[in-house]
Amino acid sequence: MTIQAYLLLSAITFILGVIGVLTRRNAIIVFMSIELMLNSVNLSLIAFSAYLGDVRGQMLVFFVMTVAAAEAAVGLAIIIALFRNKRTVNLDEINILKW
Amino acid sequence: MVITRRNPVISALFLILNFFCLAGLYLTLHAQFIAVIQVLVYAGAIMVLFLFVIMLLNLGDEERLKEKLSFKRIFAAGLSFGLLLELVYIAGFIDVPMPAGDFSKGVEIGTVEYIGKELFTTYLFPFEITSVLLLAAMVGAVVLAKRKMD
Repeated sequence: MTIQAYLLLSAITFILGVIGVLTRRNAIIVFMSIELMLNSVNLSLIAFSAYLGDVRGQMLVFFVMTVAAAEAAVGLAIIIALFRNKRTVNLDEINILKW
Repeated sequence: MVITRRNPVISALFLILNFFCLAGLYLTLHAQFIAVIQVLVYAGAIMVLFLFVIMLLNLGDEERLKEKLSFKRIFAAGLSFGLLLELVYIAGFIDVPMPAGDFSKGVEIGTVEYIGKELFTTYLFPFEITSVLLLAAMVGAVVLAKRKMD
């Protein structure tokens, strides 16, 4: 396996996440797509780390996972608060910040 | 499959499958610690949180969001596809000057012992910062999800 294979897989999963964020309107699915993008970046970091024999990539993946966990907790709390107020998770109907 | 299913529960289950596959890939790259963390943190903690919220909000079946095909959406998908083509072109077909390396050196750096040693010596300060970040996220999540009445 060359590093190109890992990079290609990473690119494909990242773009799947981008398509999910841009086209889906369910807030939770958009959120899961963000997790998908974070994971694809992690994959390319790990691939480079193993390729170069450098531990820094794996350290960065560790911190990315920490930030992703924090982000998931806060984001889901925001979704719960929004759902309690508006009774919907459709992102097109959540426009209270729109002027 | 994560982004095509209408039911968020099925999409979350496919995301868990994806996380397990990624953990297997990390194992083939000799990153045992990250693979275990991937299964524990992502497939365990984060996805349990997601499924809990989906079922708490009762979005399973009756919440059929109307996802109509609009020009904006097709345009967005087309743009993403273009970005994919560019990324594939860069990753696969251009000779990017890269430092030479192979996958043989990664055998010893992926172990828990090596990563723990690095984490508590060189990366001690970022490690402590993440603990503060997690505390802040915990407090924030509790405050946000608390009921407003009381």
